[in-house]
Amino acid sequence: MTTTPLTKDSIVYLPRGVRIREDKVRERTVLVAPERTVALDETGVAILAIVDGEKTLADIVEELSIKYNAPKQEIGNDVVAFLRDLQNRGYLDVKP
Amino acid sequence: MSTSSKEQSDIAPPPMAMLAELTHRCPLACPYCSNPIQLKSAAQELETQDWIKVFQQAADMGVLHLHLSGGEPASRRDLVELVKAAVECGLYTNLITSGIGINEKRLDALAEAGLDHVQLSIQGVDQKTADLVGGYKGGYQRKLELAAWVHATGIPLTVNAVCHRSNMDQVPAIIDLAQELGARRLEIATVQFHGWAVKNRGQLMPTEEQVKSTTALVEKSRKELEGKLVIDYVPADYYATYPKACMGGWGRIGINVDPTGLVLPCHAAESIPNLKFETVKEKSLQDIWYYSESFNAFRGTDWMQEPCRSCDRKLVDFGGCRCQAMAIAGNAKATDPACHKSPYKEKIIELTREQIPIDNQTPFIYRGR
Repeated sequence: MTTTPLTKDSIVYLPRGVRIREDKVRERTVLVAPERTVALDETGVAILAIVDGEKTLADIVEELSIKYNAPKQEIGNDVVAFLRDLQNRGYLDVKP
Repeated sequence: MSTSSKEQSDIAPPPMAMLAELTHRCPLACPYCSNPIQLKSAAQELETQDWIKVFQQAADMGVLHLHLSGGEPASRRDLVELVKAAVECGLYTNLITSGIGINEKRLDALAEAGLDHVQLSIQGVDQKTADLVGGYKGGYQRKLELAAWVHATGIPLTVNAVCHRSNMDQVPAIIDLAQELGARRLEIATVQFHGWAVKNRGQLMPTEEQVKSTTALVEKSRKELEGKLVIDYVPADYYATYPKACMGGWGRIGINVDPTGLVLPCHAAESIPNLKFETVKEKSLQDIWYYSESFNAFRGTDWMQEPCRSCDRKLVDFGGCRCQAMAIAGNAKATDPACHKSPYKEKIIELTREQIPIDNQTPFIYRGR
């Protein structure tokens, strides 16, 4: 593995050239990146809505666990799995 | 609107991507140029406002990715204006460039306009190979400069390397160079033998050993570089068992507009005779995508012949490339001759054996020289 590991203190962000947008014609939300389109499910949209390049991973998990009234452990697993996948594809960066 | 949408969705999904060939003008003279044999002149090119109208139509009908290409798109004086308009339409805007014609100031203006992605072609990893293939002295150096400027803006960079016999042994060095240039994505595309490339097929044809080692190397590097560099690879279909899923299926994902506004299902589609193409000057992009004869000619599977018709891969590779079927089997509806089931596979294998050394007797036949 060559990517920066994700920890609770990691501050993640979408780098330039990776954007979220509404795909009105297909009635969905997508992540657009170089030569790729990723359809986001409800969880993905909820997570990326609060990824702002300022909050830590712990903040994000906390916020989502309150919003969905779910255990932090469970939310944390979902968040890390989702973000790690984006990171491996080069769609997500970690602030140094 | 809703009834027509229903009707349209029965015909085809909306296009995901548009390739806008802004111009056929280009400072390079690559021996495998993918533009048609008959180039369109500057005087025939669409005006700025025509292109902007096309971008808006594309965005409205569901296109997400716009690829600004050529020729060399930087040959258009209105490039910054076009990028700005495309971004304003919501399109993810990608510039496919040789790097020639963009200085630092212009690159910064493109970044300011909201350009999302730059795809830079390289012809080799050293000045000698790169300039020989591109037929443009000093081109290599200019590319390195552009890559550095792009990196400084934060715009993601893809390096695109067309590979053939002269540079395929450089693939390990190409992977290293892409990383040094700060690219996060690398396209290694084996030359496709259409149009101009056919004139140099003997000189460009990679050997079987080169293809095998490149394929193995790409697989290994993809794993090693996960998270650092994405590698997209177009293998040599002449040596393959199955054909490539050309364009992801005819009239299914992508739409191309040539410099004059002619709308094509793929950039080489004009090589298929008797297919009538329509222009954005007379019809809307939407009309052409859903209802034109050219886009419906090879849509779905009804047009297929055997062995495609009964093949369980017909929705995997869509019969392969129509232009290659036309060029080698003499029939655009035939199975792509790259497929092992094609009766013309033997002919393709024969062509791979016709390798001509590149020397003074048989130099490249350059485009436009």
